[in-house]
Amino acid sequence: MSVLAIVEQRMASEVLAAAQQFGSDVKAYSIDLPYTADAYTSAVEELIRKVNPTLVVFGHTYQTRDYAPRLAARFGRTLIGDVIAARFEKKDPPVFVRQMFQGKFNADVRLVGDGPHFVSIQAGAWRADGSPQVEKFSPASVTSRQVAEPPFREAARAVDLTAADIIVSVGRGIKEKENIPVVEALAQALGAELAASRPICDAGWLPMDRQVGSSGQTVSPKVYIAVGISGAIQHLVGMKGAKTIVAINKDPDAPIFEVAHYGIVGDLFEVVPALVEELKKTK
Amino acid sequence: MKIAVAIKQVPLRDSPLRLNAAGTWIDEDTLSFEINEPDAYALEEALQLREKHGGEVIVISVGPARVSQTIREALAKGADRGIHIESSSIDTFGIANLLATALRPESPDLILTGLQSDDLGYGQTGVVLAQLLGLPSSTIIMQVEIQPGKVRVKRELEDGWFQHIEMPLPAVLTIQSGLNKLRYATLMGIKKAKTKEIKVISLDRAAEVAPPSAVIEKLYAPEKNKQAQIFEGDPRTAAAKLVEKLRFEARVL
Repeated sequence: MSVLAIVEQRMASEVLAAAQQFGSDVKAYSIDLPYTADAYTSAVEELIRKVNPTLVVFGHTYQTRDYAPRLAARFGRTLIGDVIAARFEKKDPPVFVRQMFQGKFNADVRLVGDGPHFVSIQAGAWRADGSPQVEKFSPASVTSRQVAEPPFREAARAVDLTAADIIVSVGRGIKEKENIPVVEALAQALGAELAASRPICDAGWLPMDRQVGSSGQTVSPKVYIAVGISGAIQHLVGMKGAKTIVAINKDPDAPIFEVAHYGIVGDLFEVVPALVEELKKTK
Repeated sequence: MKIAVAIKQVPLRDSPLRLNAAGTWIDEDTLSFEINEPDAYALEEALQLREKHGGEVIVISVGPARVSQTIREALAKGADRGIHIESSSIDTFGIANLLATALRPESPDLILTGLQSDDLGYGQTGVVLAQLLGLPSSTIIMQVEIQPGKVRVKRELEDGWFQHIEMPLPAVLTIQSGLNKLRYATLMGIKKAKTKEIKVISLDRAAEVAPPSAVIEKLYAPEKNKQAQIFEGDPRTAAAKLVEKLRFEARVL
């Protein structure tokens, strides 16, 4: 199968590794343009018409999410986004595995019809190795309705979670803001930093600079204790590098248990105070 | 200005989900449903923009008959009218096509939708819709500022970075959760919603437009990670075991 890998700086070698699994005839290009959705859509469209691949592979980055669905639609296709694995069986069209229902299920998605097909791979799903030749592509002409300003960061973060040895992180399971002290007590007993999954910061229950995940901080502490966090992929990418992961959740099927080393299935409002008690007792 | 908000109905958060007999989708029979969370933020943004700039908010949704309940709830929060396209399609391209067909004659100035759905999670419907309508788009939006003839948005990037982008109206934006504070429907709103119009379009154009370019062959629970040691039972015993393991096995405390 002929594969076109679209490479940006982020996830570059993972995308190349995936492309090489998908086909023996791999061409890899980076787009030699400042990014806007319109500019990249037409540039990659031009490249596809030139290279004529069966499969186009991207990293599932924020940039890909911004333009690749539009590009695929120009070819009457749906982008198979955020895939975690692929299976190639004889001459059948390949099957791509992606998570659905926020990681509760995996889905085998089979391609139908002729190429080009479009696939983006999840960060961390393919091991980055080697780096074959990546060519630069400059399109013949560029027009863009979007005008982009340079990226910026909000005011410096007050909290640097990356320096913490122990992190206690809280998710939706905490139910309401008034319950935050329950996990604060655990953080205090452990001498840990308090962190949270996105919905907690969205709701304003903890400040944004305590958010762990794809849009927050990426941490790799010695111990990460996830309390009432189901483990959506956007959260997992921010913490799965922790040395020891502990999950406390009432749902035994929560995806967080997939990455945890230790887990307690139970009601956090009973388990967390019991933990605090235990830590105080054996200090 | 005329703002259309595309919303999706998804299973109620934390519903216990079971697979159907064929293992191709979830068993929907015993489930309750609600608005997809990012779509709720898109609706709220539309309502706030209307409060600032005047105009009209139309909610539009593709789905089976049960979806009318979620549309009605959006009307109760303050949307002016609804469009319900009755279809059981779950194909992204097909759904975007249905939305485009219904929205073309409306020619809205702005179309908002959530950045992704909590069920399929493809995060593409808004972008594909923009392509089908020939409109510019931007995704994962944290702030929307309407200016004469154009819109300036704050787009979220990875690792806490952001970017401002300008584009001409009409445009399609996909909205990130948390950019505003959601309102509740008032009693008055619920009462008013009963008299608001929901236009029902019963057509299954998805099949006519194009067959899907990919199909879900099988849905299944992910393989369990066997490395996790799970402590169950009474919380005190479980807590004691965990602390012991962290101290003497993982040696991290």
